[in-house]
Amino acid sequence: MEEIRISQVQLQTEPDSPDGRQPAEAGEVESSAIRTFLLSRGNSAIADRGFKWLMVLCALSIFGIVALIAVQLVKGSQLSWNKFGLGFFSWPAGFTFGSVFKAIMDSNLPQPNYWDPVNGQFSALPFVYGTLLTSVLALLMAVPLAIGVAIFLTEMCPGVLRGPLSFLTELLAAIPSVVYGLWAMFVLVPLMREHVNPWLVGLLGWTGLFSDDNPTGLGFFSAGVILAVMILPIISSLTREVMTAVPHSQREAVLALGATRWEMIRMGVLRNARIGIVGAIILGLGRALGETMAVTMVIGNSIEIHRSLLSNGNSMASVIANQFSEASDNLHLSALIEIGLALFIVTIVVNALAQLLVWAVTRGAPARVN
Amino acid sequence: MFRELTDGVVTGLAMLATVVVVAPLVAIFVYLIYKGASSLSLSFFTRLPRPVGEAGGGMANAIVGSAILLGIASLIGVPVGIGGGIFLAEFGRGTKLADAIRFTADVLNGVPSIVMGIAIYALIVVPQNHFSAFSGGVALGIMMIPTVCRTTEEMLLMVPHAVREAALALGVPNWRSVLSITVKTASPGIITGCMLAFARVAGETAPLIFTALGNSFWSTSLNQPIAALPLQIWVYAQSPYEDWHRLAWAGALVLIILIVTAVSLVRYVTSRGVLKGAS
Repeated sequence: MEEIRISQVQLQTEPDSPDGRQPAEAGEVESSAIRTFLLSRGNSAIADRGFKWLMVLCALSIFGIVALIAVQLVKGSQLSWNKFGLGFFSWPAGFTFGSVFKAIMDSNLPQPNYWDPVNGQFSALPFVYGTLLTSVLALLMAVPLAIGVAIFLTEMCPGVLRGPLSFLTELLAAIPSVVYGLWAMFVLVPLMREHVNPWLVGLLGWTGLFSDDNPTGLGFFSAGVILAVMILPIISSLTREVMTAVPHSQREAVLALGATRWEMIRMGVLRNARIGIVGAIILGLGRALGETMAVTMVIGNSIEIHRSLLSNGNSMASVIANQFSEASDNLHLSALIEIGLALFIVTIVVNALAQLLVWAVTRGAPARVN
Repeated sequence: MFRELTDGVVTGLAMLATVVVVAPLVAIFVYLIYKGASSLSLSFFTRLPRPVGEAGGGMANAIVGSAILLGIASLIGVPVGIGGGIFLAEFGRGTKLADAIRFTADVLNGVPSIVMGIAIYALIVVPQNHFSAFSGGVALGIMMIPTVCRTTEEMLLMVPHAVREAALALGVPNWRSVLSITVKTASPGIITGCMLAFARVAGETAPLIFTALGNSFWSTSLNQPIAALPLQIWVYAQSPYEDWHRLAWAGALVLIILIVTAVSLVRYVTSRGVLKGAS
C-alpha cells in the first residue's frame, strides 16, 4: 500500500495557518478511515470493463430480437415462397385481373377461391385488401378528429381541463386490444347493425360502396371504426407533442403581425410542426396495420373481396390469429408465416419512417412509450 | 370580419372534435366498468371454468396462468431492458451505436405482437413439439425489452450530473457508481417504467394464441399449455353463451383496473421528479 505524501517543504515555511495548527504535524498524511478504505480497494478497471460489456450485451439484444424475428419468419415461409413466389400477393392461378375485378364488382358472380388449404392453393390478396381498407378507413376517420383534439388541448383548452383530458388520452392508449374488441362486439356492432349501416346505405348507397346484403353489422367499416377509436389517442398525443415543441417565438411573431388565434395556429404552429404531424399519422397507420385482436372480433372473417365497405372480410393479422393454431398442413402454415413476414416488413418500414419524421421535429428527445 | 368568423368556426370545430372523441371514450370506460362490475364476484377469482350451462364458473386458472406468464416475462424482460437502458444513458450517450439501438427499440415497439408470437412459435414450440407456458412467457418477455429499455433510459437521463460526479470524485468505481447511486436514485421511475411495460404486456393476447395456447383446466406447469386472462376473454367473447360473455366482461374489468393503476402510478411518480422520489 502506498501512501501519498504531500510535499512537506511548503507546509513548513507557511506563515500562521488560519486555524493555528502546528505545521510540524502536517508532514504526515491524514489517514482517515475513508481514505484507507478507498486506497485499499485497488484498481476497478476489470470490474468496470466487465460491467460495461454486460450492459452493451443487453443493449445489443434489441438487434438480436429483430434478427431473431426476421430469421424465423424467413425460414418458416420458405415453403410457400418457393411455391408461389410474388404471385402469393396477387390473384390465384387460373384467374385474370379482369375476372377478379368483375367478381368484386358484382356480388352475384362466384368468387375465386383465394385461400384453399385442401388443394394447396393460397393467395393473400383478400387479406392485403382487408388490411389496407380497414387502415385507410381508420385513418380517414381518426386523423381529422385527432388533430382537432390536439389543437384544442394545446392551444384552446383552459388549464384546468388539460391535465385530466391528457390523462384520459394516455389511459385510452393503454387499454388492451381484446377489451376494445369485446366492447366493439357487444356495443358497436349492434349499433352499426341497427342504426348506422341502414343510414349509410340510404345516404351513400348510390356510390356503390355501401350495399345492404350484410345484415350482421360486422365488416370492414365496423373494423375501421374500432381501429379509428384505437389509433386516435396515439395520433393525438404525438401531434400534441410536436405542437408543443414549436418554440413560442413563432406563435408570438405571428400574433404580433395581427393574426387571429386560428391564423396563429395555422401559420405559426401547424406549418412548423407539419412534418411531425405527418409522422404521427404514419405512426397511427403503423399501429392500425398491425392491430390484431379488435379487428379479428369485428371484421367478419370471410375470405372474399366485395365492393361494399359493409361486407365481411379478413385482414392479414386476423387470418393469422384465426387459422394459425389449426393449420395442420405444412404449406398452409408456411403461407400464414409468409403473411406474417409481409406484415413484419411493412410495419417496420412504416414505423421507421414515422420515427424519422417525428425525430426531425422533436430533435431526438426520448420518444414516448406507446 | 371574415377572418374572425373563421376563427370562431374553427374553435367550435375543435371543441366539437374533442367532445366527439372524449364522450364515446368515457362512455366505453363507464360501460366496461358497469358490465364488468355486475359480473365480478369472489367466485370469479377462485373457481375454475364450469361447463356451459352451469352457473358459478370463474377464471381462477386464467388469473394464475397470467401471473405465471408475466413472471417469466419479467424475469427475461426487466434485467435485459434495464441493462440496455443503462447502456444507452451511461455508456453510450452520444455514440452512433446508442442512436441506432434507440431507433430500433422504438421501431420494435410498433411491430405487431402476433409477429413476435410466430417467431417464438418457430423458435421454441416447433422444436419442443408442444405448446408451453415457457414459450408464452418468452414471447411476452421479448416484447417487454424495448419498452423497459427506453423508459429506463429516460429516467436515468433525469438524474443530475452532480450526483454522478460526486460519486466519481470519491473514487467509487464506475460500475458501483452506476448501480448503487445513479440507478438507485432513478429507481422509483425505473420501477414504474417496468410496471407500465408489465401492464401493457398483461393485456396482450395475440402472441399467446399459438405459444401458450390456453387451457380450460388448472395448470401451473411450465411445459404445458396454460390459460391466460386476455386469451380467455377472447375465447369467451367469441362463444355464443351468455355465462361466458359475463365472465369475459369481468375479466376485462380486471385488466382495466390493472392498467389504470399502472398508468396512474407512472404519472404520479414522474410528476414528482426523480430526486424527490428517491428513498
